Amino acid sequence: MAHRLHVMICTCTNCISNGALNIKNTLEAEIAAKDLQDDVQVVQTGASGLCVKGPILMVQPDGIFYQYLKTESIPNLVEEHFLKGRPVKDLMYVPTGEDLPIPKISDIPFFKDQRLIALRNRGLIDPGSIDEYIANDGYKAIAKALSSMTPEEVIEEITKSGLRGRGGGGFPTGKKWDICRSFVLKRKELEPDVPCYMICNADEGDPGAFMDRSILEADPHCIIEGMCIGAYAMGATKGCIYARIEYPLAIKRIEEAIEAAKEYGLLGEDILGFDFSFDLTVFQGAGAFVCGEETSLIHSLEGLPPEPSQKPPYPAEHGVWGNPTNINNVETWANVPMILNWGSKWFSEIGTETSKGTKVFSLAGNVNNAGLVEVPMGITLREMVYDIGGGIPGDKKLKAVQTGGPSGGFIPESFLHLPVDYEQLKEVGAIMGSGGMIVMDEDTCIVDIAKYFLEFTSDESCGKCSSCREGAAALYEILERICQGKGEEGDLELLKEICSAVKSASMCGLGQTLPNPVLSSLEHFREEYEAHIKEKRCPAKSCKNLITFTIDAENCTGCTACARVCPTEAISGVKKEVHKLDQDKCIKCGECLDACKFAAVKVE
Amino acid sequence: MAKLRPEDLDKIAQRMKKVINLREGAGRAKVVVHMGTCGIAAGARAVMSALVSEIEKRNLDDVLLSISSCAGFCSKEPMVTVELAGKPPVKYVELNADKAVEILEKHVIGGKIVTEYALAVGNERIM
Repeated sequence: MAHRLHVMICTCTNCISNGALNIKNTLEAEIAAKDLQDDVQVVQTGASGLCVKGPILMVQPDGIFYQYLKTESIPNLVEEHFLKGRPVKDLMYVPTGEDLPIPKISDIPFFKDQRLIALRNRGLIDPGSIDEYIANDGYKAIAKALSSMTPEEVIEEITKSGLRGRGGGGFPTGKKWDICRSFVLKRKELEPDVPCYMICNADEGDPGAFMDRSILEADPHCIIEGMCIGAYAMGATKGCIYARIEYPLAIKRIEEAIEAAKEYGLLGEDILGFDFSFDLTVFQGAGAFVCGEETSLIHSLEGLPPEPSQKPPYPAEHGVWGNPTNINNVETWANVPMILNWGSKWFSEIGTETSKGTKVFSLAGNVNNAGLVEVPMGITLREMVYDIGGGIPGDKKLKAVQTGGPSGGFIPESFLHLPVDYEQLKEVGAIMGSGGMIVMDEDTCIVDIAKYFLEFTSDESCGKCSSCREGAAALYEILERICQGKGEEGDLELLKEICSAVKSASMCGLGQTLPNPVLSSLEHFREEYEAHIKEKRCPAKSCKNLITFTIDAENCTGCTACARVCPTEAISGVKKEVHKLDQDKCIKCGECLDACKFAAVKVE
Repeated sequence: MAKLRPEDLDKIAQRMKKVINLREGAGRAKVVVHMGTCGIAAGARAVMSALVSEIEKRNLDDVLLSISSCAGFCSKEPMVTVELAGKPPVKYVELNADKAVEILEKHVIGGKIVTEYALAVGNERIM
């Protein structure tokens, strides 16, 4: 039965936690109540990107976008839009600072400036339907590779496209494949049956990053197809998707997709009738940050403690159980079928000189439109923050953009013109990373954030190298001291010295990059560190030990609002008289500041 | 399920084409049934059902069926707007199931406007 309307409801992890499944059930019940079940079909999709406004849905074919859905608003929506054809304005997106809602998804700036390659099917197909994936050119690329390309030609196509690893390192994918293939061929001369492994690294560890999870949830088949192509190109017969156990929905969808692909003969023996076999399984990792590093991931797969080992030998030579292994990140695999379908020339024309294609970012922090975005390489940070991100809430000033998570760095406002590509970000002390992008406004204390990242990395350090294990803890201690107002002369030099030791003496990427948040914040925001140390002052008014709350007698009207919210009863006073704040009782929680309507609470 | 051959991919894609066209808002023709309160009261549901089943029966993959609200001419409901790709929309009035099927056959498939049911070509000027 054909339907005239498709209601594409986002059921990613974010939207489900906001009640998307209740919305879906209510929708289906209302549609049935209005006898519209033959007209209107409800389709579950993966993340459509603007999930901070979830639950969200899009009505096709007109592309009408609704946000912040509540079960109460569903009956009206079904009656007005689905029955009578009048889209409901109250549920549409309204740009910050404007009054008129925007009905069409393609007109919303957040979506309009994006370019989807890895996320091409997000919100468009049902991730549980292999037929819908096939209808959108799915499995065409592997069919093309098997029927008309040699493995060498596939690798050459990937090389020419300029695709680089999206997990953070940015190593050219074609070159990586070529190296792996050469090791496979070499080994096969001695042992013809030597297995070779394809691994999809879905151990997304950066705090606040959810690119890989979203791809797996929205379009699991594109990963399977990408890995099939890689297996054909490098001569592998076995594959594994290493996903962390914290991603139950992504794991469920990829497992279902693998089953569906097996039924169609797109995995297993003699794929599509060709002499090519490839098996794929899912491995659930326990969620250690260090498993994002290739050798640690391999050890975890083998049942060993997740610790890195010295490279070389690289996994291409000595990987899973000593066999040749190629590891790519989820987003890298997602790009592969598109490159084969559309050609390396098409792909290499998108982006900048050294960074081709697009990059998926999870845009988070002090930005109006937080969410998942895919943009062409070379887009400026300003466009990311102000056009796609919709600016900073409350008209606050931008302080910095942080990219690359705990391995990345801070980019100050003066570098907003910078195009996003691997080299440019590196030049200012940040990295592309796997795609975390956190926007910070003027109220953010840089020292405090650097401390946050070091707390994370010192916690996640596997402990194998003393430089990383002890170094991260030492860095954290110093930053903690500075935030408490106990910073001393010479601390900054000591920080730098420890950073350089950790960087050069640690074995894997975790240790080598963990000093980045400290180094880049020192480079761009040294005066903020100095204010903490020399003046015992936190310019962002965030570090509790360095600020005091007072009540300004001139502005205080004695409304008692502050006294009523104070959790420690530090504020006292009679109605309509100036209130007093007892510094000994004050815990600096800031509740009074938020409660005061007369700007009488001051922070210094 | 039998194992697929490369040519089966195209067959599945063909079978799913209608779904995908709908998702992408792409198609050769768009048929809009005006389903305001007035339209529904005058019998727009019957027009809609007839169009749904006829499109299904004839396997018209590239025809998008959609609804909108009252077109402003309530006394002439049920109304349908037919828009062929690249052509101005045509509004039809006082329809029933049979007339709707006739329009589908002659205008949407045949490309010729059914003048006896047509009200006008084009839309009102907006802004």
